[in-house]
Amino acid sequence: MSKTFSIGGIHPNDRKFSRDHPIEEFPIPKRVFLSMNQHLGMPAVPVVQKGDMVKVGQLIAEPAGFVSAPIHASVSGTVSDVALYPDFLGKKVLTVVIDTSGDDWLESIDRSSEIKHEITDTPQEIFKKISEAGIVGLGGAAFPTHVKLTPLEGMKAEYLILNGAECEPYLTSDYRLMIEHGQEILIGGELMRRVLGDVRGIIGIEENKPRAIELMRKHAAHFLQWEVVPLKKRYPQGGEKQLIDAVLGRKVPSFSLPVSTGAVVQNVGTAYAVYEAVQKNKPLISNVLTVTSSDPSIQRNYHFRTGTPVREFLNAAGAPEQDGTLRFAKVVNGGPMMGKAVANLDGAVMKSTSGLLLLTEKETKRQEPGECIRCSKCFQACPMRLQPYLLYQLALAGRTEALEEHRVFDCIECGCCLYSCPAHLPLLDQIRLARNVSLKNKRKK
Amino acid sequence: MDKLLISPAPHLHSKDSTRRIMRDVIIALMPAVLVSVYFAGLSALLVIVVSVTGCVLVEHLIVRYLMKKKSTVHDLSAVVTGLILALNLPVSSPWWMVLTGCVAAIGIAKMTFGGLGHNLFNPALVARVFLLISFPVQMTNWSVSNSIFRPDRWELPKGLLGAQGQLLDAASGATPLGIIKEGLANGLTMETLSQQHDLSYWHMLFGHIDGSLGEASVLAILLGLAYLLLRKVIKPLIPLSVLVTVAVFAGILWLTDPSMNADPLFHLLTGGLLLGAVFMATDYTTSPMSPLGMLIFGVGIGVVTMIIRIWGAYPEGVSFAILFMNALVPLLNKIKPFPYQKEVSRG
Repeated sequence: MSKTFSIGGIHPNDRKFSRDHPIEEFPIPKRVFLSMNQHLGMPAVPVVQKGDMVKVGQLIAEPAGFVSAPIHASVSGTVSDVALYPDFLGKKVLTVVIDTSGDDWLESIDRSSEIKHEITDTPQEIFKKISEAGIVGLGGAAFPTHVKLTPLEGMKAEYLILNGAECEPYLTSDYRLMIEHGQEILIGGELMRRVLGDVRGIIGIEENKPRAIELMRKHAAHFLQWEVVPLKKRYPQGGEKQLIDAVLGRKVPSFSLPVSTGAVVQNVGTAYAVYEAVQKNKPLISNVLTVTSSDPSIQRNYHFRTGTPVREFLNAAGAPEQDGTLRFAKVVNGGPMMGKAVANLDGAVMKSTSGLLLLTEKETKRQEPGECIRCSKCFQACPMRLQPYLLYQLALAGRTEALEEHRVFDCIECGCCLYSCPAHLPLLDQIRLARNVSLKNKRKK
Repeated sequence: MDKLLISPAPHLHSKDSTRRIMRDVIIALMPAVLVSVYFAGLSALLVIVVSVTGCVLVEHLIVRYLMKKKSTVHDLSAVVTGLILALNLPVSSPWWMVLTGCVAAIGIAKMTFGGLGHNLFNPALVARVFLLISFPVQMTNWSVSNSIFRPDRWELPKGLLGAQGQLLDAASGATPLGIIKEGLANGLTMETLSQQHDLSYWHMLFGHIDGSLGEASVLAILLGLAYLLLRKVIKPLIPLSVLVTVAVFAGILWLTDPSMNADPLFHLLTGGLLLGAVFMATDYTTSPMSPLGMLIFGVGIGVVTMIIRIWGAYPEGVSFAILFMNALVPLLNKIKPFPYQKEVSRG
């Protein structure tokens, strides 16, 4: 019996069109834009200046505190600017721009394709390498990985769960990574498991990826502490709280960290990055993303250098017409349920970018909102057992206290409510807005 | 500049819509509609057509000319109300009474409260009760259906030509619930009643039980229920809790004295119980939103229905029961859902 989480959820068509396309190496761009805001927490601080020569893998920005991450050069060349540039959302952020010349790597990085199974580092050394490699959660949230691996007072990790659910429709980058680099993922998982102490390792994979389940099981057989748990196909299974519930049957309480249930969750992509950082000395300068659409000619998986402008992927995929206009109405950075709409095609993809989804107007255009018919479909879909219809009304009325009383801060912004609403009400939009206002007010106090 | 569509996540929608839900309800109502026309003939069709047209027209006129907004009839909710209202009326309903019902349903019960999603009471039921109180004679003029499947009624059609020579396709009779109520009140026992009248469960299941259009066949309603469940328009909780409550309530009475009480199956198969439990108690707007609320709502309908059926003045109480529980919905919606998790659980 496959497992799944116990509350709410939806079953969107998975549209994993690009699942059988092997990961291709995306050409190194002429110029990369490395934002200092590629992780949750304090932005990194640049340590290079305009005119500096850098090699691939060289440190270009230091972390600005514990909850922060360093950034490394993803190409070799000359730093042509350190200034504010609009990112893919159009928001201006401090960016290091590097003009590429050649592909000159730091000599300390092991570039061979040979898999290094033997683990020689102590848990302390592994932890140090992970934090110095600038590894962040590659499932989308980009939370610095070393912070999640740091024990908190009074909380003991018992399980390390590798998240291979990839429940967002369209995305196949985690799937391809499991198919093509399953062994490395397991070694990466084992490295993190050692940092956490003697915990059990579990890999959660949804049933719509039978080959990945089979392969990861085969690899896991070589490790004593690891097992693969198949999960039913259901969104948002890859949400940290839902995954813990699905795998262990434990629920994360309000205002608590997931580790309070004894589980630490890391994405399979993160595990791969940890393998590269510890076993190969390679910092996080590349990742795998899916470039996809309902057009069969634009369904690919690419291994890319961070900081590559979004436009390069669209051009390579043949998304624009000959006159340069885009054939699609919307470009989404990430999956269709939680990804962000790209506002600036010259903005760059980041460490944690898992996909670029091209949607036509017909596929994505919102319908005119109608009247709430009190069908309670949003309530049934909400994986956090919130009452979206009520939160929506309270948000419109600006009733901050009532919103908090109805646990608005438990919302994980999965979008199940808005997806399910037959009246097409902008439920999550209003809830998110009201919550941000309420958060801001709290900070002021 | 690139022309890009920007909006917050999610970027996909289930494609579910109010119109699609209403269309599914209409499809689910079709077996009951067809069965009523099959058993009661053209006059049933007339009631249905007048009711649907009336409801749609009243909504269109009110929205367009009174509220001066874009007409909302395309959401098909008025069609659903019209169909359900028709199923709540006797075959012999005169056209003007049906139209009055439409004004009561859409004009008073729905639009006065703000239209779709804002009404407190089920519009079709408000209209039914309004008509029941205003026109008690017409509303209880139950026609005897003349199924060709009942040999004992084969003789009937000949006598159905009225005084002016127009074809009537029904004659008046009493509903099984009415027969029981009156009979038991007059000191008769269940045994004698079932000898004097046709109270066959087989006929109730397949058709031509005397009563409102929608009471024609239990099987047709069950088909509709199956479709609604299959299409995930409704969850089984409300209908199930209504039916189980009625069965348990009737069962207890029947066990204490089988000669003076009808058995549970009789109560389940007769009257508008199934029609009410499947199509009216499940109306989104006028039913609670949380599972616990739905359970209380369903049990409440079952209990009130039985109280009216056994001790009330009317033989049937489903309509009153649903309206009564409709009034409690705003309170039932105050029930907070079980919280996600307060304490750490170690499974």
